[in-house]
Amino acid sequence: MSILVGRDTRLVVQGITGREGGFHARASLEYGTNVVAGVTPGKGGQRALDGAVPVFDTVAEAVRETGANTSLIFVPAAGAPDAVMEAAESGIATIFCITEGIPALDMIAAVEVVRARGARLIGPNCPGATSPGRAKVGIIPGSIHLEGRVGVVSRSGTLTYEAVQAMTDAGVGQSTCVGIGGDPIIGTTFLDVLQLFAADDETDAIVLIGEIGGAAEETAAAWAGEHLVDVPKVAFIAGRTAPEGKRMGHAGAIISGGAGTAASKVDALEAAGFRVAGSPTELPGLLRDAGYRG
Amino acid sequence: MKLQEADAKSLLVAQGLPVPVWEVANTAPEARAAAERFLADGADKVVIKAQVLIGGRGKAGGVKLAASGAEAEAVAGQILGMDIKGMTVHKVLVGPAADIVKEFYLAAVLDRAERGILLMGSAEGGVEIERVAETNPEAIVRLHAHPLLGLQDFAARELAFAMGLGAHLKAAVAIAKGLVTTMKAYDADLVEINPLAIVREAGPDGTTVERLVCLDAKITLDDSALARHAGLEDLRDPDEEAPEDKEAREAGLTFIKLDGTIGCMVNGAGLAMATMDLVKRAGGQPANFLDIGGGARADKVAAAMQLILADPKVNAILVNIFGGITRGDEVAQGLIEARAQQTRDVPMVVRIVGTNATEAAALLEEARFQTAGSLDEAAAKAVEASRAAGTVGTVA
Repeated sequence: MSILVGRDTRLVVQGITGREGGFHARASLEYGTNVVAGVTPGKGGQRALDGAVPVFDTVAEAVRETGANTSLIFVPAAGAPDAVMEAAESGIATIFCITEGIPALDMIAAVEVVRARGARLIGPNCPGATSPGRAKVGIIPGSIHLEGRVGVVSRSGTLTYEAVQAMTDAGVGQSTCVGIGGDPIIGTTFLDVLQLFAADDETDAIVLIGEIGGAAEETAAAWAGEHLVDVPKVAFIAGRTAPEGKRMGHAGAIISGGAGTAASKVDALEAAGFRVAGSPTELPGLLRDAGYRG
Repeated sequence: MKLQEADAKSLLVAQGLPVPVWEVANTAPEARAAAERFLADGADKVVIKAQVLIGGRGKAGGVKLAASGAEAEAVAGQILGMDIKGMTVHKVLVGPAADIVKEFYLAAVLDRAERGILLMGSAEGGVEIERVAETNPEAIVRLHAHPLLGLQDFAARELAFAMGLGAHLKAAVAIAKGLVTTMKAYDADLVEINPLAIVREAGPDGTTVERLVCLDAKITLDDSALARHAGLEDLRDPDEEAPEDKEAREAGLTFIKLDGTIGCMVNGAGLAMATMDLVKRAGGQPANFLDIGGGARADKVAAAMQLILADPKVNAILVNIFGGITRGDEVAQGLIEARAQQTRDVPMVVRIVGTNATEAAALLEEARFQTAGSLDEAAAKAVEASRAAGTVGTVA
């Protein structure tokens, strides 16, 4: 059944009339995703994507009229936290926020509103998720995927594409690929996604793409070591050459006081039974070494 | 963005927190004049503190006391121009020396794992909190502000009592809440008071009173929010930012200079780090971390190329773009334009895959760029080019 996005996804794109929103909504639609609506305040009544998709003024209206259950947000940073909360308050169950550069404190309130509504937020500053052959929600290029049974979770955007491309090139397909985002405050963590994969009957193996900073990889590894014992697990950690004390672009990617280093993450992952790759291209081979036969 | 102590204190004062008076001096005579004013106002001594964006100033000799204007001038003269962990001191803070009864630690910090604001307090103030966390973690009290309501009174009281500040409850609650208010008012990631101190001060009619005050202040602002706070950008200390960092920031690029010879231009922070890792793995040394960000167009690519080439050690360039929100053809166009304006000829290996990669490939082929298919191949070619160009960075 895949996780987060699939055949029952009914997608509303918030910011569909913008440059990025339009471009990627179209790519999602062309991939086969059920794009049911767009939202741009003040442009309700128009149609987007060459007339294929109705545009509404509010998410509530889009949900009421089209039964949208998933939202994809391309709203600029100043309005994105509000867009997240609008989606949650309108009954959207799964919210993907692609927007980057959102002030961190704004996200604390947004994450709390999402939690209180029982919805799930992925991101912000994330590439979205794709369940190959079923649905693509976000900006991950559709061409890199192959249908299969390996679940991929990553904190990066483009590095995820790199890893997925390497898997596809080697004939290793994916059940769902999820980018959780590189911001300090995000809605869904590595651990959350591993738990979803653990419960998914179409996911047989795990690829985790982490990077330096924080302890989210370690936390997820500890859980996987206990609960995903017999599942083939491989990982890649970016930032082995990063100097201490420098923030490597992602708000999260900083090594401070020796914590959050690549070495600490690699150790935690290996202790939990992950095989850790030296390059994304090694991931498919390591999956096979770990016993994956998909 | 990190703020100097004096600027951080100004923000605390603006939010109503108790901070002893101070002045900033850029020269030794200015420090003397400031010291003389405080001494005339009744201070026994003044403290002179180096203003640098790095911890451990005291240990490095950047914080000193003086009992006269002349001594203040001499001390300031020593501190100004001093090098503290690679940072040159350009100004000092001068204030009346505090009569400290007891020191505490109090900070509000963004907690990524809990997705909230974490308050950390300790009765062991004035020392590095990281050391306390290692040696005596029970000495640190931790609690979270409410995600929607901020720090509630009862939580602030709990924190104050746990820190042993029951005798100064009202002030401690006001300061703890003030830290969260300050954090929200300016979109700070960190507001740290170390030390928060009970000080003895002259009261009315020759008595002495004890008061809880913020003796030091460290504030780090969220770069993503600077645009919505008028005036905060002005607090950026031009002396603390290298010219290439400024150029990168203004171009919307994330750039960190390293020691190697292979310039890297990548879209996405994670991929940029992985690219550096693979350059090193292939036997080369990356000259920089450079993330051109999502959706970069030709102008950003040109700015990135200039930054890379400004480093004389760079003798090969690796461009690695995996298009998602970024479109490969726009980057290719940018590279072609940048190369036309390039002041020195450096071999370049370009890999563009993902969104609009086919269009990019056509542009690159026509312009005769050296290209690569996989990331491993790109890294190997760049290392080879760097080696051929002369010196390849020694592998550590």
